[in-house]
Amino acid sequence: MSLYLHPPAPAMPEPPLLLIPLMGVSVSAGFPSPAEDWAEERVDLNVRYVQHAEATFYFTVSGDSMVSPIAEHSIPDGATLIVDRALSAKHGDIVVAVIDNDFTVKRLYCRNKRLALLAENPAYPPIVLGEEQELSIWGVVTAWIVRPR
Amino acid sequence: MIALVDVNNFYVSCQRVFEPQLNGKPVVVLSNNDGCVVARSAEVKAMGIKMGAPWHQLRDFARQQGIIARSSNYALYADMSHRVMTILGRFSPNQEIYSIDECFLSFAGLLQDHTELAQTIRQTVLQWTGLPVCVGIAPTKTLAKLANHIAKKQAPFNGVCEWQKLSADQQTEQMQALDAGEVWGIGRKISARLAQEGIHTIADLRAANAELIRKRYSIVVQRTVHELRGISSIEMEEAPPDKQQILCSRSFGQAIYAEQELAEAISTYIARAAEKLRKQGSVAASLAVFIRTNPFRPKDPQYSQHILVPLTQASDDTLLLTRAALWVLKRIYRRGFAYAKAGVMLCDLQPRTAVQGHLFLQTADSIKRAALNKTMDDINRQWGRGAIRVASAGFNQGWKMRQNNLSLHWTTRWEDLPVAH
Repeated sequence: MSLYLHPPAPAMPEPPLLLIPLMGVSVSAGFPSPAEDWAEERVDLNVRYVQHAEATFYFTVSGDSMVSPIAEHSIPDGATLIVDRALSAKHGDIVVAVIDNDFTVKRLYCRNKRLALLAENPAYPPIVLGEEQELSIWGVVTAWIVRPR
Repeated sequence: MIALVDVNNFYVSCQRVFEPQLNGKPVVVLSNNDGCVVARSAEVKAMGIKMGAPWHQLRDFARQQGIIARSSNYALYADMSHRVMTILGRFSPNQEIYSIDECFLSFAGLLQDHTELAQTIRQTVLQWTGLPVCVGIAPTKTLAKLANHIAKKQAPFNGVCEWQKLSADQQTEQMQALDAGEVWGIGRKISARLAQEGIHTIADLRAANAELIRKRYSIVVQRTVHELRGISSIEMEEAPPDKQQILCSRSFGQAIYAEQELAEAISTYIARAAEKLRKQGSVAASLAVFIRTNPFRPKDPQYSQHILVPLTQASDDTLLLTRAALWVLKRIYRRGFAYAKAGVMLCDLQPRTAVQGHLFLQTADSIKRAALNKTMDDINRQWGRGAIRVASAGFNQGWKMRQNNLSLHWTTRWEDLPVAH
């Protein structure tokens, strides 16, 4: 059994400061907008869910292996995964891994020198890595998106 | 100190990030129309297949050897390149992006050990993007290129070669082992002439009389000699100068005969070129169109023609430029030829802000037109190139590129995202 986890993220110089455009609140002279001083940048999904833009990729989930009886753990068929390659995978993370040249999304188990990929769906047995199999973690899932319609 | 960072077998490596089954297999990426080999994996290089080899001659050999071919997926390469360059840009205050897969970084004033920093760069790019890079570090750009070449070819360097850490003897040894033609900026013609004068290796070139080289060749070659000696003579260029002309041309997937089909291709190329023009904030004052048959089929009747026309007023408007280009096409089109290639060139570019108005010309409401062009660019950015186009670009586009082994746009289209089970 061999494990290829990514090395810990090396020290990165700070990313350059983000330039945030000022709100384009234009008002006619002499009539200051009462809202102008309170204007803020609108919330942006990217800011919240994408920590490392250059290392972030999206996947589509196929199948029900991650459908869980626990609602908040459940990743249904068709969900969009947000995958960050800059993070180092650790025990308990949901990861995209490569097994036998296929991408799979599972929960990573690595405790007591045992390595496995666990499906959330109890109908799927854990994938315990055999001697011959290579596990390579492609990236860490940081969020998923489900659309009800 | 200057570092040259580049991605190993860039196109092949991009494919492998999303197709793990290609790892360790011989892989080639083919040019537009699947014409020839433009990228090779290490396994393919080891088989002796040359860059630019025509694919149709290789196909049988490839099948025997299990070589896997992919059509160029430029949408993917452009996105991956952008990611790599952004990451690399954080490691230095001064970056010159030299091509889609390589850039110079100034290491001037950085206190950290350069080899260590370069290894951090390699590790970060590999982890963040899945792409392997090599780094060459030297006091000049030309030597950095050379060091990068050594880092890539010689395994003991582990992907990083810092020129200054080699002893003088080692440096000379490396230079003696490589042809002068391997030096950055020395083309085939010059290296052939150099060889006639007894300058065969890079070491020979470094030892050559620089003054004589300037007289016999050019100041550019002299600069290269200086750079090989460690005297920095080629500056870092941060912002590439705006393009002076924009060319868009392609070979067709199959020969086409009708003016209508040529018009579709020309309209498509104009749309692409005009989009680039607007992106750099320029307008074009003249425009050229060319069409030609296939010179590699000498038995077919041959025809090739191009015309350059000045525009009444410099413009970046797709509709206006399309009208002008189709007008030119009408004048150069001859019936009865099998056309293999067409192209457009926008010339005499100038900043949009410096445009002179025309006294006698009634322009379409130019503000409205600018808004229309911007809207087209926005729509095409969101929905994919060509989602909205002028009707003359056609709907069938039977002339379009042949891409039999095209992979998905994994990072630029929602419907193409990779699938995890």
